[in-house]
Amino acid sequence: MVHWSAEEKQLIASVWGKVNVEECGAEALARLLIVYPWTQRFFDNFGNLSSPTAIVGNPKVRAHGKKVLTSFGEAIKNLDNLKVTYSKLSELHCDKLHVDPENFRLLGDILIIVLAAHFTKDFTPACQATWQKLVGVVAHALAHKYH
Amino acid sequence: MLTAEDKKLVHQVWDKVSGCQEEVGAEALERMFITFPQTKTYFPHFDLHHGSDQIRGHGKKVVAALGNAVKNLDNLSQALSELSNLHAYNLRVDPPRFALQLLSQCFQVVLAVHLGKDYTPEMHAAVDKFMSAVAAVLAEKYR
Repeated sequence: MVHWSAEEKQLIASVWGKVNVEECGAEALARLLIVYPWTQRFFDNFGNLSSPTAIVGNPKVRAHGKKVLTSFGEAIKNLDNLKVTYSKLSELHCDKLHVDPENFRLLGDILIIVLAAHFTKDFTPACQATWQKLVGVVAHALAHKYH
Repeated sequence: MLTAEDKKLVHQVWDKVSGCQEEVGAEALERMFITFPQTKTYFPHFDLHHGSDQIRGHGKKVVAALGNAVKNLDNLSQALSELSNLHAYNLRVDPPRFALQLLSQCFQVVLAVHLGKDYTPEMHAAVDKFMSAVAAVLAEKYR
């Protein structure tokens, strides 16, 4: 089980408290699809993904980004119980969605950059370290039920 | 790999941080050491405290090398040839794709911190591609 220090929990909570889940989620997913275009393979039914502008403005991307980050919020509420919390979601990503877990790492890194651009200097090195640990742990939990 | 548009964007980003390149280098390294402690194993001879002269000096070196790469986007292999030899035969930062990716991530976080909203998705994509291209060249001679 992953250990979280009091300071780490505080850094997670203080950043998360200021995050607009809809905006941030939309931006993270859009950037994933733009920076790593092969990830578009999972979103054939999303309509127009033909350019960065199209992707950023795509309502399905926005909606799904919000969904993904809302789920991330659940992880934050259950830091001491992540594998169980994400058990069904992990099975879904493996059995139904067929997503290579490497993509979770990519999205995690993108989320960090979105947070950095949003919070600028307030996204201190300590913040980044804690959040990189968090996205790593979340990615690991999501991959846990793969077989 | 890098389109004409990507190259333009990389130049734009570089211009935007031209005034604080030394800080950017030092900050990227510092973030890397804090966030990915395994990277410290390559610097047992360094003082890795915040603000250390060695980190500043090394950050400046790294950014200068990246700056050289930016000036030679059409010929990265040749421009980075010496550095490629150094990383392959002397430094042996291993595995090349992985460890250099960690520096790339931290470098991009610093760009995002400095540029905020101006670090657009298009710039992000171009810089990510550029850093991948640099890492690939540095790894060319590994085996």
